[in-house]
Amino acid sequence: MQMSTTIGDDTRQDAPPERQTKRQRQASVIADAASGGMKVFLVKLVGLGIVDALAVYAIFVLIAHDQWIPTVIVAAVTALVNWIYFSRRKLPAKYLTPGVIFLVVFQVFVLLYTGYIAFTNYGTGHNGTKEQAVSSLMASSLERVEDSPTFPVSVVEQAGQLGLLVTDPESGDAFVGTNDQPLAEVDAEFDGDAAVAADGWTTLQFADVLARTDDVTALAVPYSDDPNDGAIRTPDGTSGYLYVSNLEYDEAAGTMTDLETGTVYADTGEGAFTAENGEQLLPGWQITVGFDNFVRAVTDPRLAQPLLYVTLWTFAFALISVASTFFLGLFLAIVFNDMRMRGRKAYRVLMILPYAIPSFLSALVWAGMMNQSFGFINQVLLGGASVPWLTDPFLAKISILIVNLWLGFPYMFLVCMGALQSIPDDIQEAAKVDGAKPWAIFRLIKLPLLLVSVAPLLIASFAFNFNNFNTIYMLTDGGPRDSNAPIPVGFTDILITMVYKVAFTGQTRDYGLASAYSIIIFIVVAVISIIAFRRTKSLEELN
Amino acid sequence: MRVNRKSLLAAGAVAVVTTLGLAGCAGDSGSTDDSSAASTLTVWVDAERVDALQAAADAYSEETGVEVKLVGKDNADIKDDYIQQVPTGKGPDITMGAHDWLGELSTNGVVAPIELGDSAADYLPVAVDASTYEGTTYMLPYAVENIAVLRNADLVPEAATSFDDMLAKGQAAGLTQPFVVEQGAEGNPYHLYPFQTAFGAPVFGSNDEGYDPTDLQLGNAGGEAFATWLGTQGKNGTGAFNTDIDGDIAKDAFLTGKAAFWLTGPWNVGAAVDGGINVAIDTVPSPTGDPAQPFAGVKGFFISSESKNKVAANDFLVNYLGSEETQLELFEAGNILPANTAAAEAASSDPIIEGFAAVGAEAVPMPAIPAMGAVWQYWGIAEAEIINGADPVATWQKLVSDVQAAIDAR
Repeated sequence: MQMSTTIGDDTRQDAPPERQTKRQRQASVIADAASGGMKVFLVKLVGLGIVDALAVYAIFVLIAHDQWIPTVIVAAVTALVNWIYFSRRKLPAKYLTPGVIFLVVFQVFVLLYTGYIAFTNYGTGHNGTKEQAVSSLMASSLERVEDSPTFPVSVVEQAGQLGLLVTDPESGDAFVGTNDQPLAEVDAEFDGDAAVAADGWTTLQFADVLARTDDVTALAVPYSDDPNDGAIRTPDGTSGYLYVSNLEYDEAAGTMTDLETGTVYADTGEGAFTAENGEQLLPGWQITVGFDNFVRAVTDPRLAQPLLYVTLWTFAFALISVASTFFLGLFLAIVFNDMRMRGRKAYRVLMILPYAIPSFLSALVWAGMMNQSFGFINQVLLGGASVPWLTDPFLAKISILIVNLWLGFPYMFLVCMGALQSIPDDIQEAAKVDGAKPWAIFRLIKLPLLLVSVAPLLIASFAFNFNNFNTIYMLTDGGPRDSNAPIPVGFTDILITMVYKVAFTGQTRDYGLASAYSIIIFIVVAVISIIAFRRTKSLEELN
Repeated sequence: MRVNRKSLLAAGAVAVVTTLGLAGCAGDSGSTDDSSAASTLTVWVDAERVDALQAAADAYSEETGVEVKLVGKDNADIKDDYIQQVPTGKGPDITMGAHDWLGELSTNGVVAPIELGDSAADYLPVAVDASTYEGTTYMLPYAVENIAVLRNADLVPEAATSFDDMLAKGQAAGLTQPFVVEQGAEGNPYHLYPFQTAFGAPVFGSNDEGYDPTDLQLGNAGGEAFATWLGTQGKNGTGAFNTDIDGDIAKDAFLTGKAAFWLTGPWNVGAAVDGGINVAIDTVPSPTGDPAQPFAGVKGFFISSESKNKVAANDFLVNYLGSEETQLELFEAGNILPANTAAAEAASSDPIIEGFAAVGAEAVPMPAIPAMGAVWQYWGIAEAEIINGADPVATWQKLVSDVQAAIDAR
């Protein structure tokens, strides 16, 4: 073993080289590798090479899709990463960069974007831009003239301008016209019944038609001088149909006029064309609406009745979940920490199992086991009893707590195990010598010392359970339903699942409202957490 | 130096994840903004049906030189992804979907009308009706799906003539739960609808543009009669309907021979046949003298309103995918009833398809109007309550007033 100057090696020097344990040998290999300048440099080079190669690939893909802002961001971040890791100093930055990148991508961006959406009307009917809404409205306002035939057409071109060569299926005559010129009769060559070429016009082949899709889609040849007769359009380049439009868009005034009823729809700043009586033409478009979503979120009359009990249950659910998982985890940790217990390792693995299974799956399996007539619990464990585990309002709450306890205790078990092992034995022995009983040692010494390190995790666990969407959604979906409530809320809904139901009912997706709600819930959780953290500071003074 | 390598590796991992993430965001965008876009159609397809469509897509590419790129998508995400991505210009040119998305897609302005032209007459009427929303056609229908009764012909050799006859025949065969249908704690109105229509209570009345959201028929006298009947078949009656029976339990009961009749869709036939059951397909036995009409679900293709390749997309759908030969090919690859009439007749040489087609002839399209969302919200839970012994008429009346209030609130 080479002599090296790292701190880790200093501590190891008191072990004689020939009597190293396996772990020590592994550690020394790592240490050697780390201190060898060339190897590190090579690894660094390869690592950064891979990163840069991926970045270059990403930049090419982004440029191909005209995504200029992301291109610049990726290039800048890559350059920055290279600069930091090739630099000989910049040690703090080498530590911080990965974390900061993660933070920006997965936290800051998401938060800012949610915040932005909360101030827009993004949702069903307000999905795109105004131009898209206008073109979509115009497209669906086209109505085929009743009993009009299918016209065989060819797309033709003259001096760069496109026209349609139309054959009247009844008379067999050929006509040609453009966007500006109504149909006029021409002499044409026929292939079967359909005219395929006309003098002075070049007929476009299918591939040419595809290449000029935008122009062909915009092609509407007036049937006659009277605009009320409609215009011929072709969706596929070979068949034409006669359409009239029942909407007219006045770009200067920014209004839509319904040609059948004469109703004028104007852009009144609500993100949709709105008539005087409040009727809206949908699709509308996305606009920023200020605090509207927040106002709606807190004044929604449909929420008034269920909000109180949903909030109470949310707090109860989060608090009871934290308490039950913590105390079960702690109890098991103490039991398995006792030296007199045999086969502790095997038991510990078993304890971690619920943690290893994805919670989605566990919740669904539990839902199956708790089925009233066919579930494993009623049929096998209770010998055919008919306990309404998930369909009785009170029992469903208990069931949720049981399942969440099952899902959550391994985490607390792990945390408490670690914390218990870090409590020095001499304190306990001192207490024993002073004549303290086991319960007193636990209550007055172990628990407070444990809480110093575990309290922040309990607060985090509270915040997690406060928004524990998965368990509720997978196990009961909030049910059993409260049939008296005006929204489809149930007795086990917590705030976040209720918000989901309010913002995404039926076919309505109201992303703006949902974002506003999640910001409100975020504020509630943040305030509670801050207060709790303040209080736990007093615990730290114990040390 | 030791830490350096670790942090370096971490940094590498981060950068890889980040770049991949960013590249991924841009990478899955469609081809709509490529310069070569004129000759490439991007089509989103339910991942389970990619193979069925691949041959047809390849054949079209060969014929016209237009490349058709099929992108398999998870069926559960396809609609929301489509609605979100079309306005950004990154959506596909065409997406596969179901007709009951129409109201939502149209309200969001993400679909372009399709002109079926003279070929409209070549499709089953229910398919064309289902593809039309507020008088405009938006979907090229390709398959029609509806539920029917699967009968275990070894247990009960003859079809039932009525609902009571079905229960009697099953009990004669020694079964305690002769009939199963998927329900669940919140009910399942889709599977109960045939019985509701038998009492003459559709959800909405119709006018010449399709279902009329202002004409809620749910609460008519037939609706209350249905509710009363449902109460007699629930927990406090024959027990034919049970909210504890979900899809898996119903399937298990039928596959193990505990039930002889299973009201379900073609998607479960494969499992029953594979399970060695001698399956026969019957019409839904009516509790009244009138036919029990299930909902028809029509699968089809939508063209994006932001597609830059509308001409090719229209040509591909209307002139190619809609044709009898292609629809028959799709049927052979996917085993669902084609929407094209001639192809449907050809496909009906298979007795199972014929059975579903016979029920489908009575089926009515599931309403696609947004008001239907309000109905779904309350419908199932009310039926589940009635099955579990709530006062039928009062519960039904509350359902109707809740639905009406939700529709009026829009």
